[in-house]
Amino acid sequence: MNTTNTKVQNQEPSSRRLVMSMAIAGFISGVIIIAIYVLTFDTIKENKARELREAVFKVLPDLSHMQKLHFQDNKLVIVKSDGMDDEMIFSGYDKDDNFVGYAIQGKAPGFQDTVHILFGYLVSNSTITGMQVLDSRETPGLGDKIFKDMDFVNEFVNLPMTKNIKAVKKGTKTHDNEIDAITGATISSKVVVKIINQSFNKWSTRLPQQGNEPALELQETKVNQQ
Amino acid sequence: MATDVSAYEEMIKGLWRDNPVFVQVLGMCPMLAVTNSAINAVVMGLATFFVLVGSSFLVSSFKTFIPKQVRISLYIIIIATFVTVVDYSLLAILPAIHKELGAFIPLIVANCMILGRQEAFASKHNVKYAVMDAVGMSGGFLIAMLALGSVREILGVGALFGVDLFGSNFEPWVIMILPPGGFLTLGLLLLFFNWFTERRRQFLIKVADADRVLAVEKVDAQGVKDNG
Repeated sequence: MNTTNTKVQNQEPSSRRLVMSMAIAGFISGVIIIAIYVLTFDTIKENKARELREAVFKVLPDLSHMQKLHFQDNKLVIVKSDGMDDEMIFSGYDKDDNFVGYAIQGKAPGFQDTVHILFGYLVSNSTITGMQVLDSRETPGLGDKIFKDMDFVNEFVNLPMTKNIKAVKKGTKTHDNEIDAITGATISSKVVVKIINQSFNKWSTRLPQQGNEPALELQETKVNQQ
Repeated sequence: MATDVSAYEEMIKGLWRDNPVFVQVLGMCPMLAVTNSAINAVVMGLATFFVLVGSSFLVSSFKTFIPKQVRISLYIIIIATFVTVVDYSLLAILPAIHKELGAFIPLIVANCMILGRQEAFASKHNVKYAVMDAVGMSGGFLIAMLALGSVREILGVGALFGVDLFGSNFEPWVIMILPPGGFLTLGLLLLFFNWFTERRRQFLIKVADADRVLAVEKVDAQGVKDNG
């Protein structure tokens, strides 16, 4: 079986044939890659948008609606675009369209790659209501505990934000503004805390006075999850 | 033309005798990088399975059109196309898994096991054998990945496929899910595999010897009978 096939290629093919076969293969491969990109593009975009929406509904309690806000010209403007940038936050509303709180995003370099998180903030009593990691490449099994270890995630539920929070060694938490870091993932834990402090300090001065929150206009309703 | 028995043999050899990881020691990069949990290892194994079977099929189908001077580049183009398809499909269908494997999917292109099979087997055999060989090899790769991933997850996290095995009293060996744990486990598994193969070989030699003795005795008995 082996000998019959090698015979065919015994004579030297011309350079033109070599170039042509590479070009044809490259062309076909290009067409396939473009096709799969076009085919999956919408689903991928939808997945990302849904993930973000679900995260907003997770970090703020009792939400029914949300809208995107963009900070420009020193005020918050309601936007509808699908895009997402660092100057964007989300406001959440309950079922009677009353304002609940903000979901603020932030990112910083983690142990391996940028960690991107979203946290809910209640203006009325200045507390953090929850934290979700949107994107990270932390070490599987260690750093990824920042979103897999529920004990750690739950520390960010009802966390008073009167002053900057601090990550301390696990079990040595003594103050309200301290967070028990994850054993073996101190850097990742500290990054989460750092992002929250940074974004909080950045946004606390930008948010409008209590009572002047933007009203619900372009509502994105909670997806029914059973 | 060989029978179906040899096609079956082409498949089965990848699982054990010529296992790509334990015998050929190929594809070490994904092997060490993604085996920190059993589920990651399985998904990586399945992605590799798809890429290897697909590209073996194509390479074998077009082997007469592929000029041997540019064959490696053409193999890489074929493999890279399959990998891109897998990458985008995973991102669309299983975003959670893609999040876990993220950076490692594109690295399948550089998995020398896949290129090695094209060069050593698919380009020289017809489609049926090439596909059988690819199925066997990637099956063997999957088994090896699963073995490594399970050991590391059990010792490093105290769980298997995310299910807690030992309760809260178990202190996980964090080192096992870090890169050194990968090397340690791989080394120990290779040791075990070689020890087992050697033992089996010795056993087979013994059996063969016993057979020969029996056969000789039989011939002798026959001879005695004939002469008598």
